[in-house]
Amino acid sequence: MDIEMKQVRNTLIVKLKGELDMQVADKLRKELDKKLENEKIENLIINLGKVTFIDSSGLGVIIGRYKKVSSRKGKMYIVGANPSVEKILVFCGINKLVPIYGSEQDIINI
Amino acid sequence: MSIKNYVRLEFQSLPENVSFARSCVGSFASQIDCTLEEIEEIKLVVSEAVSNSIIHGYDNRTNEKIFVMVTIADDRCLEIMVEDRGKGIADVKQAMEPTYSSDETRMGLGFTFMKSFMDDMEVISSPGEGTIVKMRRTFMSHEKEAYA
Ligand SMILES: Nc1ncnc2c1ncn2[C@@H]1O[C@H](COP(=O)(O)OP(=O)(O)O)[C@@H](O)[C@H]1O
Ligand SMILES: [Mg+2]
Repeated sequence: MDIEMKQVRNTLIVKLKGELDMQVADKLRKELDKKLENEKIENLIINLGKVTFIDSSGLGVIIGRYKKVSSRKGKMYIVGANPSVEKILVFCGINKLVPIYGSEQDIINI
Repeated sequence: MSIKNYVRLEFQSLPENVSFARSCVGSFASQIDCTLEEIEEIKLVVSEAVSNSIIHGYDNRTNEKIFVMVTIADDRCLEIMVEDRGKGIADVKQAMEPTYSSDETRMGLGFTFMKSFMDDMEVISSPGEGTIVKMRRTFMSHEKEAYA
């Protein structure tokens, strides 16, 4: 799993690449939480464009970060999920909490 | 039910073997002419069952054994069995309830995915005796253009 993070004003944009399962969930959780604690970040965008697989361990990291961000009144978005990953996100209802967009540009255009 | 093909895996309870196991089963299952979408569903249920063996069955100990047996039967039926010799489950009915988890940081969706994406699932487990998860799914016949 590759994790690429950049901060644009008060938003953390995280680009992930690879397979999101229990092998990488802990590392991803720790890296995200480190960023979310140390800096003045309100919003979180997770780009799943290059994620080829997700299971409940990966979903757990996303839901956990949603709880964190929303408890601080921030917003969270998922972008770029491929159809098979998006199917799993919708299946477990994450899309009702974290809106899913095609691209980062789509969020800016809202 | 005459068996058409089978594969048996035995591997160490290491996190990196979760992706190994699901890829193996996924590519074995592709001998059935099912869609790529169906293969992704197979990989998901294997990932959930094997992760459970490592996380819950063995409390993340990495020097234990996990067994996976996959069978393709004549009637386009795929049967997957995932077995550990870990701590077992006291209340299987409760464990299988959607969103139930014995670990509050987890989602409790593993068994729900297995039930949803397979035709049937059976859990054989008791405390101290390990856990066997058996799942079965029969695939519809697809035309080759389903791959296009
Ligand atoms: N192989 C196993 N060995 C022991 N306990 C298990 C095993 N598989 C599942 N369980 C129990 O069943 C519960 C539900 O499993 P699951 O639906 O995958 O959710 P989660 O993994 O998120 O806890 C687990 O929290 C655990 O208590
Ligand atoms: Mg699980």
